[in-house]
Amino acid sequence: MNWTLALPEIVLGVSGLLILAGGVIPKKDTFFPVSMAVIGALVLTAALVLGQGEGTAFMGQYVSDGFSRFAKVLILLGAALALVLALDFNTKAGLDRFEYAVLMLFAAQGMLVMVSANDLMSLYIGLELLSLSLYVIAAFDRDNPRSAEAGLKYFVLGALASGLLLYGSSLVYGFAGTTNFDRLADALSSGQVGMGLIIGLVFVLAGLCFKISAVPFHMWTPDVYEGAPTPVTAFFATAPKIAAIALLMRVLAGPFGDLSAQWQQVIWFAAAGSMLLGAFAALTQKNIKRLMAYSSIGHVGYALMGLAVATDGGFRGVLVYMAIYLVMNLGTFAVLVAMRRNGKSLEQVDDLAGLGRTDPQMALWMAIFMFSMAGVPPMAGFFGKLYVFLAAVQEGFWVLALIGVFTSVVGSYYYLRIIKVMYFDAAAEPMDPRPAGVTVVMAGTGLLTLLFFLFPAPIIAAAQAAIAALAG
Amino acid sequence: MMAVGLAHYLTVGAILFVLGILGIFLNRKNIIVILMSVELILLSVNLNLVAFSAQLNDLTGQIFAMLILTVAAAEAAIGLAILVIYFRNRGTIEVEDVSTLKG
Repeated sequence: MNWTLALPEIVLGVSGLLILAGGVIPKKDTFFPVSMAVIGALVLTAALVLGQGEGTAFMGQYVSDGFSRFAKVLILLGAALALVLALDFNTKAGLDRFEYAVLMLFAAQGMLVMVSANDLMSLYIGLELLSLSLYVIAAFDRDNPRSAEAGLKYFVLGALASGLLLYGSSLVYGFAGTTNFDRLADALSSGQVGMGLIIGLVFVLAGLCFKISAVPFHMWTPDVYEGAPTPVTAFFATAPKIAAIALLMRVLAGPFGDLSAQWQQVIWFAAAGSMLLGAFAALTQKNIKRLMAYSSIGHVGYALMGLAVATDGGFRGVLVYMAIYLVMNLGTFAVLVAMRRNGKSLEQVDDLAGLGRTDPQMALWMAIFMFSMAGVPPMAGFFGKLYVFLAAVQEGFWVLALIGVFTSVVGSYYYLRIIKVMYFDAAAEPMDPRPAGVTVVMAGTGLLTLLFFLFPAPIIAAAQAAIAALAG
Repeated sequence: MMAVGLAHYLTVGAILFVLGILGIFLNRKNIIVILMSVELILLSVNLNLVAFSAQLNDLTGQIFAMLILTVAAAEAAIGLAILVIYFRNRGTIEVEDVSTLKG
């Protein structure tokens, strides 16, 4: 048994247990050192992932290939940066308990298992490890009724989604006779596909669509994003989305690749619904975290458009889109985490009024992220949309592409409104000084978003290699 | 006497599953009932898996069922913990009161 293949996950898990012990033993506050150790463990794991071999391990439960490596590097990057954003915020909000960092580490481990899953069982275990950690950090501000309510809502709907996924898995197992992805692909490529399998597939899809918050399983997203502490929302909106989309791609392109005629329609409607809802429901939002929730629903819709096309070009578009989405969303949330006046954290769009005069640097980065989310060239967001739209048009998905263009236009209204509030509204009092870590995240992701068009080749090539592994 | 076959197990599983779903959506009283409904859904899945496992003469389904039992225990623990902090903040666990966050 080739267990060394899973070295990144094993190292991350063992260091998680060691860090947990190290955080409990001292009597004094250990939030900062534990967070640093967790960031170190995430970086070490990313280095191991880059050197990871290819193949399957654990009796076919685990697979490592170019696709899993691409997703894992993004996930670890997202988790590490989300933790950097939490350092200062949690200390000021009284959330500086070391469990926070350890929970993020275990969430990251769950995501790594998810993208390397090659069996319905390892898929479920990875997904649950992620979900259980996320339920707890959503309710991490436990003396705040809003955070507790966010955790409760997320738990109830998340448990329901796991139930749907499991019911689907049980039907797939029963009617195909196996839970292994490779053997499922063999079983489905030959012979007649029964009704039981199709129903199972739809249930599995429903469970996964919940995790990526695609319409019609998006209801939890705005409430949880608004209620959870801002750094937690930053984490929710980035790494778990990448992991769930990657998992969805692996399941649909791998074992269910021969049923694409069936699942393409489902994904088509989820994509169109997510894009429309993301654009229209965000128009009237005043709370910026709630607005970002609808924005993320919309972005998932664009990514699903590439998935609905179900060609290599479409899949590559999804990966490039999610990579860009990760970077610009982390940057946007760095700005949201830094919104603080007289020691109080701010969440309203109007609180940004006059930021262009009181804090030109932060306003500039925020403007770059908003232009990028709206899809204005030459920002990175434009290229993300370009690749999925191109793939959709090439395969004749005209209606979907037109819906996408239409919702981009509608969506740019609320992104541009934020820029208008920052530069043209009467200035409010200046914000508190930013912590250095948040500024570094903001500037780093801002430069990547701004200068992506100068060097798109490495990311496109990496996505291409990842897709080759997925299809082959 | 009628032999109990796969179809019977699947029917019971489907009924339990639907009851669980209805318990979540039609329940207007208490969040504990929702937690119980979630358990019902997971148990219906276990019943399905074990029935299929026996039918296919394959152990995978039973291993899967053991994994689900373990995870369900962890899930229930976390759910109750979140429920406790919610109750401490709000002093109620009625479903209709879970509505502070709205857009």
